[in-house]
Amino acid sequence: MGLALGETVDSSSADQAESFRVLVRDQLPRLYSLARRLVGDEAEAAVQDCLLKAYQRFHQLQAAAAARAWMTSILVNCCRDRGRANARRPEEVEFDELERFSLYRKIAYEDPFPYSDSLHLDFLAEFGPEDVRAVLLQLPPLYRIPLVLVYMDGYLAKEVASMLDAPLGTVLARLHRGRKLFERQLWDYAEENGLLREAPR
Amino acid sequence: MINCTEATRQLWEYLDATVDEPTREAIEEHLARCRRCCGELEFAKELRGFLVSSARDDVPDDVLRRLNQTLEELEP
Repeated sequence: MGLALGETVDSSSADQAESFRVLVRDQLPRLYSLARRLVGDEAEAAVQDCLLKAYQRFHQLQAAAAARAWMTSILVNCCRDRGRANARRPEEVEFDELERFSLYRKIAYEDPFPYSDSLHLDFLAEFGPEDVRAVLLQLPPLYRIPLVLVYMDGYLAKEVASMLDAPLGTVLARLHRGRKLFERQLWDYAEENGLLREAPR
Repeated sequence: MINCTEATRQLWEYLDATVDEPTREAIEEHLARCRRCCGELEFAKELRGFLVSSARDDVPDDVLRRLNQTLEELEP
């Protein structure tokens, strides 16, 4: 027995634990995928944290339809806590230089695959899912979190602002820098990991 | 009239529809006469799709089993 979308959460129900399970069980793969992009190898621990915290606060959830965003918000905060606990030093980012960077132009100028007639697409095709995750994990969490939530999990910037308890303008600025950092990191990662060598024909 | 630097700086915001109306018009006016920036726009679209397509991966069976176990062990 549990809640269907549209139903409200009865905090006095004796089968609250079962209602929670029904709401959350189908979300486990999504939550784990999201956590993999936010905290890498600590994803399982972050989802475990999230499950326990969410259950403690289950009485705060007003409607089953809000459960997806509610769980995401709790998971993001669990991931941020883990990121803070593991932070070694503040990340330094040269924003002036970053603002001038264009991955599109970089690929065109460097021309890593001279025999390609679809150079930019061939560049992206070199990246497997593990490579993309590694690139994302190299970004500071401040920029990684909104980037992942908006472009990989499909949330609107204003929803992310609400989850992070930050002004919308701040989230939009972090998205802008996060995209630029992601582009530059894609190039650096490709160089460092030998993705720019054209396969012999 | 905006230049290439100003246009390309805001291409993702343009695709996200988070630019204001005058900025949107200025970008479209620039794109209508700048082939290189059209290439940047197409690549920005590809990069967005690339991120979306990288969003899901399989959860290892043992991880899913442990997460489900945590759910089952919650006390009422």
